[in-house]
Amino acid sequence: MMRFEPAGAEALLLVLADQPDAQLPPRIALLAERIRTELGEVLTDLVPGWTSLLLHYDLMRTDHLQLAERLKPMLERWLAEPYVAEAGRLHELPIWYGGEDLGEVARLCQLSIAQVIELHTAVEYRVGAIGFAPGFAYLAELDARLALPRRATPRTAVPAGSLAIAERQTAIYPQSSPGGWHLIGSCPWPLFDVTQTPPCPLALGDRVRFRSIAERDFVGEGGRL
Amino acid sequence: MSGLRVLKPGPQSLLQDGGRLGWQHLGVSPAGPLDGHAAAWANHLLGNPWGTPLLEVALGDVELQAEVDTWVAVCGAQMPLSVDDQPQSLWTRLPLHKGQSLRMGFARSGQRAYLAVAGGFIAVPVLGSVSVQLREGMGQALQAPDLLACRAASFSRSASVPWPYVADYSCTPLLRVITGADAASFEEDQLQGFFAQTWQLSPHSDRMGARLVGEALQPPVRQWSLGVGRGAIQVPPDGQPIILQADHQTMGGYPLLGWLHPLDQGRLAQCPAHHSLRFTPISIGDAQAELREFYRFFGR
Repeated sequence: MMRFEPAGAEALLLVLADQPDAQLPPRIALLAERIRTELGEVLTDLVPGWTSLLLHYDLMRTDHLQLAERLKPMLERWLAEPYVAEAGRLHELPIWYGGEDLGEVARLCQLSIAQVIELHTAVEYRVGAIGFAPGFAYLAELDARLALPRRATPRTAVPAGSLAIAERQTAIYPQSSPGGWHLIGSCPWPLFDVTQTPPCPLALGDRVRFRSIAERDFVGEGGRL
Repeated sequence: MSGLRVLKPGPQSLLQDGGRLGWQHLGVSPAGPLDGHAAAWANHLLGNPWGTPLLEVALGDVELQAEVDTWVAVCGAQMPLSVDDQPQSLWTRLPLHKGQSLRMGFARSGQRAYLAVAGGFIAVPVLGSVSVQLREGMGQALQAPDLLACRAASFSRSASVPWPYVADYSCTPLLRVITGADAASFEEDQLQGFFAQTWQLSPHSDRMGARLVGEALQPPVRQWSLGVGRGAIQVPPDGQPIILQADHQTMGGYPLLGWLHPLDQGRLAQCPAHHSLRFTPISIGDAQAELREFYRFFGR
């Protein structure tokens, strides 16, 4: 299952598991942090995937073969370590559940709007991956009773801060962008801001809970209607 | 601050440097010049280090007026270049005096030219880079009357790129591919089909990806999104490959057939829509050796 694959002339892919699972994101985050500490000077970027870690390296300092040799003992140690459930910081994000698709989602799931909000706020989610757009964090795992396929026709512009769901995942669009997920609410806090360090408050493996707030509190927290 | 005043910005002129490295784990694309070969030569002619900020001009139609005495070099697409209406050579460094106007007409061959200035353009970096990435809202395309800030500089004589390195963008390129990733999961005849046929570049290509049009391949199924890099050749369910370019997304879920040789990515970026493309395999070792030599020469 675990293996190294060259990914072009300047990157190495570590395949860490066959299937994603809830424990993997915080463990991949830990491994990435360790690799960054020990091998950071020869790497330009480390990109976690659902079951993998892509290492972009500096070809003038190393190559895929040398890098694989240096990684082997680190991976052996990582594999032997027990999983720590509390790993990852916990974030509580305020949400005004007033998204454009909320009524439609309730109807398709045969639930009331209050039940949709209750099911969505009941779960502690994990950041499973960050991609698609800057700061776009895939959160899992959404209650099965809220699972819906993506919209048949994606929107050309989803407003920044939109909380959305699709399949067994939920996410907030940090910037306005095209998007095919169902919009159920809005978060007043910025989730990607280049003037902040780090620019994205959520990191891989972090835990996220949502708290339902009223429209006036959304505006009070800086949200834009 | 002095510099070059923008009189005509052209359809899409973007400031680029060595790219926004180190943020892909947060979904931030690296950006950078689409044609690293032409960009590296433009900077090199002016003694600028690798990755010095320069202007990527797509298609042409740019006019700038100097508010400083400096030297410039334009490499890449064949755009008629003139200073105060006097024709000038591409792939050459030349003086530009205060008050003179530099014009780049529409490209006759190739898509993108790189305008470098001695010492580089000065701009405020976002996440460590001045590279403009329009989709992510990092920076903006050039507009009139922007000022491309730069300092005064001078050279004692002109200099040009040796002719074997001056690219010809008119022929059908044979682009080299390092196979790998999911290549083993493709049926043998599908891989052969990729290398045997002549593809066309789709007009829907952009800085994010070059889309190919041809006889559809049958891709295998990949389930879990993973980190992807520049040059990755994705094969989505419709069987028409997409080659990731500078503004690529950081993660992708489509099966990958392989990667374009990094030194051929620039050649691909110079192809206009509907241009013919052919591919041939190369070993990873050969590609790395050639790439190291390129980096060593340009001091990366």
